[in-house]
Amino acid sequence: KFSFENFAEWATPIQEVPIGNTSADGGSRGKRVLVGGEKALPFFPDAVMPNRNQVTIDVFDMRIGLAKAVKENYDEVMDSPGEWAKKNVEKFNADMITIHLISTDPLVKDTPAKEAAKTVEEVLQAVDVPIAIGGSGNPQKDPEVLARAAEVAEGERCLIASASLNLDYAKIAEAALKYDHDVLSWTQLDMNSQKELNRKLMKQCNVPRDRIIMDPTTAALGYGLDYAYTNMERIRLAALMGDEELTFPMSSGTTNAWGARESWMVSSPLKEDSDWGPREYRGPIWEIVTGLSLAIAGNDLFMMMHPTSVAVLKHITQTLF
Amino acid sequence: MKINSPLEAYKYLPQTNCGECGEPTCMAFASKLIDRSGKTTDCPPLVKEKKFAKKLAELDKLLAPEIREVAIGVGDRVAKIGGDDVLYRHKLTFFNKTKMFFDVTDTMEEAALVERVKKITDYKKFYVGRNLLLDGVAIRAASNDPAKFAAAVKKVIENTELPVILCSFNPAVLKAGLEVAKDKNPLLYAANKDNWKEVGELALEYKVPVVVSAFNDLDTLKSLAKTFAEAGIKDIVLDPGTYPSGKGLKDTFTNFLKIRRAGIMGDTEIAYPIMAMPLTAWMSGISDPVSASYWETVLSSVFTIRYGDIMLLHSMEPYATMPEVHLAETIYTDPRSPVAVDSKMYKVGTPDENSPVLFTTNFALTYYTVESDLASNGINCWLLAVNTDGIGVEASVAGGQLTADKVKEAFEKSGFDLKKDVTHNTVITPGLAARLQGDIEDKLGAKVLVGPMDSGRLPGFMEKNWPPK
Ligand code: B12
Ligand code: SF4
Repeated sequence: KFSFENFAEWATPIQEVPIGNTSADGGSRGKRVLVGGEKALPFFPDAVMPNRNQVTIDVFDMRIGLAKAVKENYDEVMDSPGEWAKKNVEKFNADMITIHLISTDPLVKDTPAKEAAKTVEEVLQAVDVPIAIGGSGNPQKDPEVLARAAEVAEGERCLIASASLNLDYAKIAEAALKYDHDVLSWTQLDMNSQKELNRKLMKQCNVPRDRIIMDPTTAALGYGLDYAYTNMERIRLAALMGDEELTFPMSSGTTNAWGARESWMVSSPLKEDSDWGPREYRGPIWEIVTGLSLAIAGNDLFMMMHPTSVAVLKHITQTLF
Repeated sequence: MKINSPLEAYKYLPQTNCGECGEPTCMAFASKLIDRSGKTTDCPPLVKEKKFAKKLAELDKLLAPEIREVAIGVGDRVAKIGGDDVLYRHKLTFFNKTKMFFDVTDTMEEAALVERVKKITDYKKFYVGRNLLLDGVAIRAASNDPAKFAAAVKKVIENTELPVILCSFNPAVLKAGLEVAKDKNPLLYAANKDNWKEVGELALEYKVPVVVSAFNDLDTLKSLAKTFAEAGIKDIVLDPGTYPSGKGLKDTFTNFLKIRRAGIMGDTEIAYPIMAMPLTAWMSGISDPVSASYWETVLSSVFTIRYGDIMLLHSMEPYATMPEVHLAETIYTDPRSPVAVDSKMYKVGTPDENSPVLFTTNFALTYYTVESDLASNGINCWLLAVNTDGIGVEASVAGGQLTADKVKEAFEKSGFDLKKDVTHNTVITPGLAARLQGDIEDKLGAKVLVGPMDSGRLPGFMEKNWPPK
């Protein structure tokens, strides 16, 4: 007889975090998304997984360079964040939308925070799914941009992306709390930095536990996924075994997969390689495998771009769920 | 492994600190045994001297991995599977990368069969200084005819050095295949609850590894494995069935977890390598071939991560094989140390005193990316790999492993003199290390050009900027 025992040392559940407020919660979202709440590694038989994986599809506040296979799907909506968001939800089945305010970067268009906030309003009106709001990645400007965005989105419980150690995370946390949002705690492939930032958000900025989601950084298949995978798996295991500084749901910038040469280059730069085949099929599967690996490591929320990747990732994670 | 501290292994060593193993002390050698970077055979006294024979045998038993290691095939391309000791790669590392076997059938036209076998054999994808390869051929007896099967097996082994799997539930068919391939140590697929007696006898008679198969039935699977082990068959592989979709797939995933967890936790009766069959994706009713191929890659990914040691695959589309071989590499690299190249001056092509000098880091992924970008574009140059402890450009600039001092040190150690060995006294830095430009100029007394962010753009950069004015 085959016998199997559950792991006794997995005693601490992951915090469940809601994103989006419906009218019942004082917001205008049509539904609320729940992430986290696990008591075991993903899809393991030790405990029921309470919430399925969620996918949020990117929208940018300006036309940007995208891999050809991705761009094909968005070309006609790229000048209108509202239309873009709608397409993501209606056509591509997005659970959430992420609006990236990249034009605010001083080196891009230096769009003022006030202006950028209007884009957030536009997206909130165009779709009724919960939204994540991202800055440009500029550490000087992001706190101001995100604080302003948080203000116009008051009461909607958006996910503000991101607080990190290299910028004024306190300002971002403060705005999130004041206007009723969640905070994405982003560190770069380092479990100890992740603990430090979470601790600061909780102790110094008083962010309640049910408002923190972590992004421990996603590196693409072939370009550091070995680090990203293990970083997430270690974080999740440490959390399940009681490290209260890590018991939060995780989010992945899965679109990083499009940075891998294998997903966008026309053909191999090396003539010795076997044929790489058509790139329009390589890119989406690169995004799928990158995301799927992290789903197995413990990731909850996926920031993605290609519609096929979204569909397949949802299919497999919901099959295993 | 039954022990986990060097002290416990030390007890079984000669304790003379003779140094023949290359370690200064027996204790140091014991640590290598525990982290599996050394083998007992590396200690000559232990192996040679009769008086240690008993200790050696005991130690080998204690050090044996929890999951049995099984070898398929012979020669350079032998496929070793299993041999793991942990459930999570960061706890040690996973050993013996998941092996990818691609199917052929005995009903294929000869020309098509040979072509496919060649394609499997010749596949390669360059990655950090080596080629990622496919591992073997699974020959399926679609005809159920012993003579036909034997002929197909013969054709396959004539055309490849790769290991093969003989696939049939019919013992007569398997025997016909074995007669042809008996010197090749093929894997038999498979024994099940109906044919196990005959197939078990074949495994013993021909001394080959064998798969025991029980679809979604771990009790039967375990009892088959136990029966075989008791009959003296050591090289066993487990097939708990791979359902391609729906609840069946969830069950399959759960089965893999349960089997591996039980094995690692010490249930030796089921501590064998596991076989996954992503090719069942083609039987799941997906009609469009791209989608079927995608789904196969999805199944392959799931079971590469969660404990599949060997798998049967069908799609040879590049968009299937490329992510598959990359993911196996990802999960099975040793997480204890970054992969690095020697820190020294490399020649790309045939550089001379007018050729450009560039530097990069000794992180293998970085070095080989840059090197291949230069070489494949015919740029003859000198490329210095600075010792950044195996960290890439951006992370080592951020973490302080790549500094002007480090660059200077690397030039000095390599013996390359910018003032004598080249005429231009110029160095090109990675674009992502631009902020070191001034420092490097000061430290080296040389001119510094900032290169592009991505080495893929070096050809265009060279056209514009080389030779320097
Ligand atoms: C994998 C990774 C790690 C791994 C590193 C593994 C390793 N062995 O290198 C680990 C987990 C260890 C790590 C740690 C850290 N990381 Co890190 N990491 C990454 C990640 C995800 C990928 C980097 C990578 O491997 N790229 C692929 C290689 C091939 O690129 P590359 O070396 O740069 O080479 C390219 C170019 O530089 C150029 N090139 C290279 N050589 C040459 C030479 C010439 C002449 C030319 C012209 C061009 C050229 O071409 C190459 C091919 O495109 C990036 C984010 C990302 N997605 O890019 C962050 C990233 C690099 N990390 C970052 C940081 C901050 C860190 C840490 C400081 C985090 C921390 N708080 O601990 C530590 C530092 C660790 C240390 N130095 O000790 C930041 C750097 C930010 C910055 N610009 O300062 C990044 C960009 C993440 C981010 N967005 O914030 N990291
Ligand atoms: S060779 Fe054997 S006896 Fe000699 S130092 Fe190494 S472990 Fe000890």
